Amino acid sequence: MANVLVVAELLEGKARKTTLCAVTAAKQIAEGTGGSFDLLSIGEGAGAAADELAGYGAGKVLKAEIAGGYVCEKYAATVAEAGKDYDVIIACASAYGKDLLPRVAAKLDAGVASDISAVNVDGGKLSYTRPMYAGNVKGTVEITSDKQVVTVRQSEFDAAQASGGTSPVEDIAVTNDPVADKVEFVGVEVVKSERPDLSEADIVVSGGRALKSSENFTNVIEPLVDALGAAMGASRAACDAGYVAAELQVGQTGKVVAPKLYIAIGISGAIQHLAGMKGSKTIVAINKDKEAPIAQVADYFLVADLFDAVPALTEAVKSL
Amino acid sequence: MKILVPIKRVADPDNASKLKVSGDGTAVTSEGLEWKMNPFDDWSLEAALRLTENAAEKNARVGEVVLVSIGPNDEHTQRIIREGLAKGAERGILVEAEDGSLDSGVVAAILKALVDKESPDLVVMGKQAADGDSNVAGTVLADKLGWPVINYAMKIKTNDDGKTLEVQRELDTGVATVKVTGPAILTTSDRILQTDSVKNGVTPDDHQYAKLEVGGRYASLKGIMQAKKKPIDTTSVADLGVDAGKTLNYTKFELPPARSGETTFVEDVADLVDKLHNTAKVI
Repeated sequence: MANVLVVAELLEGKARKTTLCAVTAAKQIAEGTGGSFDLLSIGEGAGAAADELAGYGAGKVLKAEIAGGYVCEKYAATVAEAGKDYDVIIACASAYGKDLLPRVAAKLDAGVASDISAVNVDGGKLSYTRPMYAGNVKGTVEITSDKQVVTVRQSEFDAAQASGGTSPVEDIAVTNDPVADKVEFVGVEVVKSERPDLSEADIVVSGGRALKSSENFTNVIEPLVDALGAAMGASRAACDAGYVAAELQVGQTGKVVAPKLYIAIGISGAIQHLAGMKGSKTIVAINKDKEAPIAQVADYFLVADLFDAVPALTEAVKSL
Repeated sequence: MKILVPIKRVADPDNASKLKVSGDGTAVTSEGLEWKMNPFDDWSLEAALRLTENAAEKNARVGEVVLVSIGPNDEHTQRIIREGLAKGAERGILVEAEDGSLDSGVVAAILKALVDKESPDLVVMGKQAADGDSNVAGTVLADKLGWPVINYAMKIKTNDDGKTLEVQRELDTGVATVKVTGPAILTTSDRILQTDSVKNGVTPDDHQYAKLEVGGRYASLKGIMQAKKKPIDTTSVADLGVDAGKTLNYTKFELPPARSGETTFVEDVADLVDKLHNTAKVI
């Protein structure tokens, strides 16, 4: 029987959707082992977020209000203290989860299964499947320490639906860690977009080095993105060249996405890029070179000059 | 400033699709693949070199970079360390260990023993290794040392030889800026390869590094010659007094299922739209 604590991820006082993907994994663990799950809302605005999270079927929602911006040193001791009452501590493998949970694990002498793609329960025994080697190998791993710490790949777990009930909300004490005095949070620039979140969109349109400039992203890629109501992504080469913001990078370095439709435009398909998108349901490549490695994963391949094909595709989509 | 940079040898990440799994599924075999320096470590080495040089004076060294590699004491591990020495690091340490005896927690315990011995101002390391892709060891190390960790650093600035640092780090949702009092652990994002990512108080602030496309700098011929004379000390997990046990047990490895279906080469935009609308029904 495994009791699970889900660590919520807050952005500007609201729980990110990443939290609900971790809830789905927590439910699988709890149901598979006959245990239960609770949620922990921690950070600035934890109270309001806790009220919102109370609708997802947790046994209870713990909350710890911590003012100021997030640094893992300020949160980890409190999460670890709360985690002592649980068997599994879980969060999404977002930049937040991957930053915070290893520090929690260190305090609990727990092993970490990071970025898991599946929960397995065999006779009440837990193991986890996780992609390794940029998604080229799947490993099944057991955590042998007393406590288990797990982060989950967002694209592999659907967001939990509201359950209708209301979980009780409980305040917990904040545990101070002297190391927090060594880090001062100065500020954060949150990138805002009217478009859907890259990690959550049903359709992603990504551009690569062949776009050649940020103007071409604006003039060629963005109209298609908006015609499809899609999120915009990019290859590492396009991000490094400064054509688009780094937050749009899809790949082993960057975001892992698995939308219903992924359109790769002018992207050759380096292994690092494939690692971030090959789980997509339908993959379209538009590329001049039909031998490009993106063909290994593409369902549909249009061999064409993107500067001709993409505007034509945009017009065709608009007239559907 | 003294910086410890852990480097791992990994099966060539650019050819990871050629990896195989042993018949009983208990091991990943990388036969036929070259061993390479973990690319994430290569970025961190670049950051560490920039922090410890005067780039305006032909990269004159003003600090010390100590490389650490944990793994089998063989030609491959030795070669990876030499490669780092040729790029500019001062010396290397090879900690003999079987790959199968390691996980993130054990690696953190070994690195803690080395930090206790070497007393660096910073440890700059890869956010993950390109084989296990765990993203755990740096942060666990920081907690074991009671040090702060700044993950995914993309800009680093210090004016007091690393005693305090202002760091910008990459998030999913933007960029955060923090001020850190060392000693500290840093892991890096690939943005650390940008031309103006490191300001160390010695190299003029307006210095622009050469643009790097994929990884850290290449070794110069002179660097390669000098590296042959630089020391690599060998030690072992037992010599370091580390007795941490693994907390992860891999029971099975599999190759992901091959993509079902062939690639359909569509004739033109109209054909593509027809397939997506009527066959795949995704638009």
